[in-house]
Amino acid sequence: MPGRTDPALVGYDEAVARYEPLIGLETHVELGTVTKLFCGCPATFGGAPNTHVCPVCLGLPGSLPVPSRAAIEYTIRIGLALNCSIAEWCRFARKNYFYPDMPKNFQISQYDEPLCTDGWLEVTLGEDEVAPSGQGDGGPRTFRVGIERVHLEEDTGKSQHKGGATGRIHGADYSLVDYNRAGIPLVEIVTRPVEGTGALAPAVAHAYVKELRDLLRALGVSDVRMEEGSLRCDVNTSLAPRGSGRWGTRTETKNVNSLRSVQRAVHYEIERQAGVLDAGARVIQETRHFHEDSGVTTPGRSKEEAQDYRYFPEPDLVPLAPPRDWVEQIRGSLPELPAVRRARLQDAWGITAAEMTDIRNAGALEEIEQTIAAGASPADARKWWLNELARRANDTGAELASLPITPADVAAVAALVRSGALNDRLARQVIEGVLAGEGSPDQVVAARGLAVVSDDAALNAAVDEAIAARPDVADKIRGGKVAAAGALVGAVMTATRGQADAARVRELILTRLTGS
Amino acid sequence: MPIARADVAHLARLSRLALAEDELDHLAPQLDEIIAAVARVQEVAAEGIPPTSHAVPLVNVLRDDVLVDCLTAEEALAGAPAVEDQRFRVPRILAED
Amino acid sequence: MDASLTQMSAAALAGAVAAGEVTAAEVTDAHLARIAATDDRVHAFLHVAGGRAREAARAVDERRAAGRPLGPLAGVPLALKDVFTTIDMPTTCGSAILDGWRPPYDATITRRLREAGVVILGKTNMDEFAMGSSTENSAFGPSHNPWDPSRVPGGSSGGSAAAVAAYQAPLGIGTDTGGSIRQPGAVCGVVGVKPTYGGSSRYGLVAFASSLDTPGPIARTVLDAALLHEVMSGHDPCDSTSVDAPVPPVVAAARQADVSGMTIGVVPEFTGEGFQPGVLARFGEAVELLEALGAKVTEVSCPHFSYALPAYYLIAPSECSSNLARFDAMRYGLRAGDDGTRSAEEVMALTRAQGFGAEVKRRIMLGTYALSSGYYDAYYGKAQQVRTLIIRDFEAAFERVDVLVSPTTPTTAFPLGERVDDPMAMYLADLCTIPSDLAGNAALSVPCGLSPDDGLPVGLQVMAPVLADDRMYRVGAAVEAALDSRRGYPLLNDARGLA
Repeated sequence: MPGRTDPALVGYDEAVARYEPLIGLETHVELGTVTKLFCGCPATFGGAPNTHVCPVCLGLPGSLPVPSRAAIEYTIRIGLALNCSIAEWCRFARKNYFYPDMPKNFQISQYDEPLCTDGWLEVTLGEDEVAPSGQGDGGPRTFRVGIERVHLEEDTGKSQHKGGATGRIHGADYSLVDYNRAGIPLVEIVTRPVEGTGALAPAVAHAYVKELRDLLRALGVSDVRMEEGSLRCDVNTSLAPRGSGRWGTRTETKNVNSLRSVQRAVHYEIERQAGVLDAGARVIQETRHFHEDSGVTTPGRSKEEAQDYRYFPEPDLVPLAPPRDWVEQIRGSLPELPAVRRARLQDAWGITAAEMTDIRNAGALEEIEQTIAAGASPADARKWWLNELARRANDTGAELASLPITPADVAAVAALVRSGALNDRLARQVIEGVLAGEGSPDQVVAARGLAVVSDDAALNAAVDEAIAARPDVADKIRGGKVAAAGALVGAVMTATRGQADAARVRELILTRLTGS
Repeated sequence: MPIARADVAHLARLSRLALAEDELDHLAPQLDEIIAAVARVQEVAAEGIPPTSHAVPLVNVLRDDVLVDCLTAEEALAGAPAVEDQRFRVPRILAED
Repeated sequence: MDASLTQMSAAALAGAVAAGEVTAAEVTDAHLARIAATDDRVHAFLHVAGGRAREAARAVDERRAAGRPLGPLAGVPLALKDVFTTIDMPTTCGSAILDGWRPPYDATITRRLREAGVVILGKTNMDEFAMGSSTENSAFGPSHNPWDPSRVPGGSSGGSAAAVAAYQAPLGIGTDTGGSIRQPGAVCGVVGVKPTYGGSSRYGLVAFASSLDTPGPIARTVLDAALLHEVMSGHDPCDSTSVDAPVPPVVAAARQADVSGMTIGVVPEFTGEGFQPGVLARFGEAVELLEALGAKVTEVSCPHFSYALPAYYLIAPSECSSNLARFDAMRYGLRAGDDGTRSAEEVMALTRAQGFGAEVKRRIMLGTYALSSGYYDAYYGKAQQVRTLIIRDFEAAFERVDVLVSPTTPTTAFPLGERVDDPMAMYLADLCTIPSDLAGNAALSVPCGLSPDDGLPVGLQVMAPVLADDRMYRVGAAVEAALDSRRGYPLLNDARGLA
C-alpha cells in the first residue's frame, strides 16, 4: 500500500526466540499430460502465442469442457503418494472472478469436494540444517506435514504488462495476453498448518517443497521446473507470541520461484511480522509479493473486501466417481517413493543419513545407483560423482545428470583404478577425456597413452635415475628411514608423468636400497 | 428481506456492470420485487433433501489424452478488439491477482 | 416461384426432393422469396444466408444426381435460432454485445444439419441470450406473431416459431431453458418440442443456463418435428452432459399416433387462477378428446410445481451470471469506452452496461446475489433442493401415468409492449413449462385450437419421462390428427396476420 511504512525488522534469532511461527504451503503443479485438462490442445510449455488454443480453452461462447482421464489419474497418483483418501464422488466447481487472463472469467476448479483429502508427507531435515538453529540435539529431525487436500483445476493464460518500467502491473499502460497456457491441468496441493517448527520454519518449508518436487518427479506426473512455472508455491506465515496458545494472523506470499526463495520468504516474513508485533501493531491479513533480488516481501493490492468467488457446482461437467478398482490399480502402479528409496539405498550402501543428504543435495542419487548397477562399489561410485564430477558440474554450471559421461563410463574408470591399470591422477585425466567427447574410457586411455606403467624394467631405469640424483635420500633409506622413500617415489612419478604404479615404484626402491 | 438501492449498486459492481444512475433507479425496485418473489423457495420444507446440480444422472464422462487440431492464431484472434504481437491487447489491468 | 412449396410439410418436401419431383434449389428459392416478401412484417430473421443456402441446396441436388443416398430431410430448409454458432454466418444471440461476431467453429447441431443436407436459410431473432418470453428483449427489435403482428410470437425462440408459422421455413430450431421453444410454439400455433435434457448437443449453443438449456425442433406438424428431432439428436463427445443412449423412436411414435390404453395425468396446479378462460376451455376439450381416443385420464397432483417458477428464477440467473461473465470486451465482441486512459475493469463494466439489455442485467445481478456468500444456502442452495422435490414429483407421477398434460402457457399471445416493463408478469408465461426444464424430462407443445375469446392459438403441453420422448410424440400426433380431421384444414390457414 503506497505510503505505508513497516516497522523495523526484528533479527531472526530474536524473532523466533519470542514468537512461534506457523507455516502453510499451497503448491500448484502443472501436469505433464499430452493435452489440456478440458480440450485436446497441447499442454506443452512455450509455442508461438495463441497457437495452442481452441474454442474450449479460449472460452468462446458455446464451448464446453470435457475432462481428460489422464489428468484425473495423475491427480489420484499424487493423492495416493501423499497418503490421501480418494473421493468416492466429487464435482468440479466454478470459481468466479474477472481477470483478463481467464477466458471465461471463471476458473473450473474444485471447492468443497476435492478429489483427494487428508494425507501427509514426511520431511526430514539433515544435521547440517538442524544444528545452526540450536533446536534439539542437532541431529536430523523429521516433521510430518499434513496434506489437507489435493484438487484439480485449469491454469490461466499469461499476460505481459507493457509500458511500465518494471514489466509488472503497476505503471503498465496496457497488457498483452497469450492463452496457450489457459486450460493446462493444474493440481493444487494444500498443507495443513505446520506446527512446532520454531526456528526451523524456513528450513521445513524448503525441505517440504524439495521433497514434494522429488516425489512428483518420481511419479512422472510433471517436469516440476520452478523456473518454468510448472511448480509454483505460495507460502503462508503467521506468528504468535510463544506460549500464548493462539495463532496469529497469516500472510500469503506469492511469486516464490525457487526452493531458496521459499526459505528466504519465510525467513523474511518472520522478521517482518515480529517487527510489526513488537511495535504493538497488528499483522494485516494480506497477499504479499516476494522479490528475488532483495529477499523482501511487499504488500500486494489492498482489497476492500475479501474476494467472494461465488463457488457453485460446475453444471457443464458431470460428477466424478472414480471406481475403487481403478484407484487400486493406480496405487499398484506407483513407483517406489523417493524417501523410501533413499532409506533403502542408504541401508544397502552402508552409508549414514548425512552422506545420503550429500548425495541428494548433489543431485547424484540416480547416477550413483546406476554406477553401482554397472559394477562399481558404493564407495567408488560416491567418490567419483560427489567429488570430481560434482566439481566439474559446478564449474560449468551444468546439472550432474547432463554431464556427457554415463554411469557405465564411471564404473569402467573405477574398475580400471581397482585393477591397477590407472591411478587416481590418471583416472581424472581419463574422465576429463570422456567429458571432452574423446570417447569411452578405454578409448581415452589408448589415445592418450594413460596406462599405468608396471613394467619393472622401465620402472627400474627411472628408479636408478632417481637414486642417483638424490644420494642423500638414498643413504637415509639404507640407514633404515623407510619413510624417506616417498621423496624418491615422487621423483619417479614426475619422471614418468604420473603413469608409474606408485606402490610398485616404492617396492623397487626399497628392494634396491635395502635388499628387502 | 428487501434489497436496498446501495446493495443493488454493489451487485452491479460485482457483476462488472457500469449502470447509470437512472438505470439503477429503474432496476433496483424491480430486483427487489423479484428477490422477494423467488424467496418463496424458503417456504419449502427441505430438511435432508439433497440439492440437485445435474437433473440427469451421468458420472465419469472423460476423454482420452489425444491431441486434436487447434485453431490458428489468426482464427483465435479474428474477433479481437485489439491485437499486438499475436496476442490479445487489453487495457491496463488495475489489480494484481 | 411455386408458392405451394412453402405450404408443404418437411416430410413432403424431403420426399419430393428425393423423388426428383422438385430440386432442392427450387425449394430453397421458394422459401427465400417468401422471406423476402414477408419478413419486413414478421422480422423473424436477423441474418438470411442467401448465397450459402443456395450452395447447400445445390450440393443436395448434386448428391442426388450422383445417385448417392440422401438423409431423411435432405433439401429441406430450416430457420436456426441465432444462439447456435455458425462458421459462415454471424452469431449475435440477439445481443448488441455480439453484434457482428463470426464464430470460428460450427455448433455440433449446425454441423449435423449440414451433414444431413438440411438447408439453413439463416439465423432467427430471439430474446437476448435466450432470456425472455416475447422476443422483445432482442437488441435488434422484436419479431411479430404471424397471427397478429401487433402481438408477440413468444420467446425466447420467437423468431424460429414465427418463421415456421409464417411459412418462411417448414422447420425451425430453438432452445428451451424455461419454456422457450414450447411457449412460442403455443402462441404461434405450431409444434414446439423440448427433448430430454442432454438429448441434443449443447456444443456451440451459447449458454444461458447450462443445466437447463435444451435445443429442440419447431415445425408445423408433429411428424416434421419428430423427423428433425432424430436428425439433430444423439450423443456428442464434445458435450459432457449429452446423453449416451439411443435417440428414442420418436418418428415411429409420431406415425403411430395411437393413445388407446395410455394413462394421462392432468396437473391440477396448472388449471386455476391466472389462466385465460379461453385457454382453459381449449385445454379441457383436448383432454376430453384424449379420453374419446381411448386414453384414461386422471388427476395427478404435483405439489411442488408451484415452487418451480421461483426455483427456476434462482437457478437460471445464477448459472447465467457466470456464463455471461466471459463477455468482457477482451477477446471478441463489443468493446466500449476504451479511450486509452481507462483500465480493463472500467472498459469491461462500460462494455457490459452498453452491450447488455435490461433483462440480461437483471438476471446477472440476481444470479450474483443468489450465489453470494451468505445468501447461497437460502437462495441457490434452496432452489436446488426444490429442484430435487420437483424431480420426485415427476417420478411419483410417472409411476401412475404415462404422460402428464397441461396448457402450455396461461394466456394466448399478448400484445407487444404489454409486459416489457413488468418482469414478474413476463415470467408467468413460463409457469407450466418450467418444471420439465428443472427435471430434464421431455415435453412438447402441440396446437389444440384457437381460443374462443380472441381467436389466437392455444397449445397443449404433453410431458413425458426422461428418455421417453416417444410417448409425448405419440400423444401429440394423436391430438393433431384428431383436430385436423375435425377441422378439415391446417390450423395455420386461420392465421390472418399475413395475407
